[in-house]
Amino acid sequence: MFKAFSQVVSKELKGAFRRQSDILNPIWFFIIVVTLFPLGIGTDPALLKRIAPGIIWVAALLAALLSFERLFKDDFIDGSLEQLMLTRYPLPWLVSAKVFAHWLLTGLPVLLVSPLLATFLALDIETYWALFLTLLIGTPILSLLGAIGVALTVGLRKGGLLLSLIMLPLSIPILIFSTMAIDAAAYGQSYLGLLALLGAMLVASITLSPFAIAASLRVSVS
Amino acid sequence: MWKWLHPYAKPERSYQLAGKLLPWFTALTVITFVVGSVWGLVFAPADYQQGDSFRIIYIHVPAAMMAMAAYSTMAIAAFIALVWQIRMAEMTVAATAPVGAVFTFIALFTGAAWGKPMWGAWWVWDARLTSELILLFVYLGIIALYNAFSDKVLAGRAASILTLVGVINLPIIHYSVVWWNTLHQGATISKFEKPSMAPEMLWPLIIMIVAFGAFLGTLTLMRFRNEILARENHRPWVTALITDINMQKLTGEK
Repeated sequence: MFKAFSQVVSKELKGAFRRQSDILNPIWFFIIVVTLFPLGIGTDPALLKRIAPGIIWVAALLAALLSFERLFKDDFIDGSLEQLMLTRYPLPWLVSAKVFAHWLLTGLPVLLVSPLLATFLALDIETYWALFLTLLIGTPILSLLGAIGVALTVGLRKGGLLLSLIMLPLSIPILIFSTMAIDAAAYGQSYLGLLALLGAMLVASITLSPFAIAASLRVSVS
Repeated sequence: MWKWLHPYAKPERSYQLAGKLLPWFTALTVITFVVGSVWGLVFAPADYQQGDSFRIIYIHVPAAMMAMAAYSTMAIAAFIALVWQIRMAEMTVAATAPVGAVFTFIALFTGAAWGKPMWGAWWVWDARLTSELILLFVYLGIIALYNAFSDKVLAGRAASILTLVGVINLPIIHYSVVWWNTLHQGATISKFEKPSMAPEMLWPLIIMIVAFGAFLGTLTLMRFRNEILARENHRPWVTALITDINMQKLTGEK
């Protein structure tokens, strides 16, 4: 059971490292989008600090959208998704492995470049920690929610735009709670309650969404 | 109990049942609409604070309530469709979604029209308005997904899954928006506190809610019947039905 999980994860990681642009491009996109804002609205540190949480989170959301296609698309085209469904392991379990690998390849890099962006946007260290924690808890939720959308649209020819139409409204609570937590940190208030809410959403999406993803894949592949 | 329900898993029987219910719903809609809107828009007394512009609630509140009701219908139907694999329930999801989206749009539009004289702005990021807007986005996502599949059986299943994902998410979205709003805006907008309404204002509102509910039922039944015909158009009973109608037309012309 756990061996199957780790095998799926390592297969995903190997595949991704052989085509590194797949991992790097969303991250470049993320950095460039964040860079555009100071250029567009001016470099006043107070203003930048005020809007930084929103910018970083919206950019992370868009970068995540770009990377979702590769979650199931290639496997769908070359048929290995069907093979995955035919194994004796439960599909929700294998799908969670794929989503976990996807988070390692897209969520984790966002976390790693976040100090750079915090410097760009004049965040102080306290606020940065809040940003880091919300990204740490929030990006896995994004991966799980997005995986439902990808699983629903993977069989369609023009699934990309549809995916964003489906997924963006559903990710609004994460955006709201994360930016609220970062705002609270910027004003020196406690944001643990908001983090706890995000954590609750993470637990709920870890437990529920693999089943939704598996059901959607069965629709797409049939 | 299930025995009388089972035959309605067959498209033909469902089609006939919907056809039988349709005139009743239509009649109820017409009567309550006429009574409710004339009473509400003409005879109900004007509000002492808001004047005549309060009358928009006779459209706004029922539309908003039925937008939610339509989503609940879809969620229940989607659950039935996925658990018991009943195709009629999938068709119900597909039939209800556009109606619900339009009702949501009506609620938003009338809300904006009411907000202009009351708040002085067409749009404010009020919690209820915002969550209604997101509800509209969710509706549009479901409709777009349904239309993207050329195989309507798969489309119905995919739309059902998305509906259920949405129904878990919508309460979270609603409360997140409420908390976000209270933190960001606080007391800048004096919320429209519902005064305990006078009965002569309340009765037309109740009638209008019934009218919108019946209207929702009417439109959904009509779309449901169309959906059945469109999906079953290769079946003999549909062909027979169409030749029947054509025959009646021919004899009627003679």
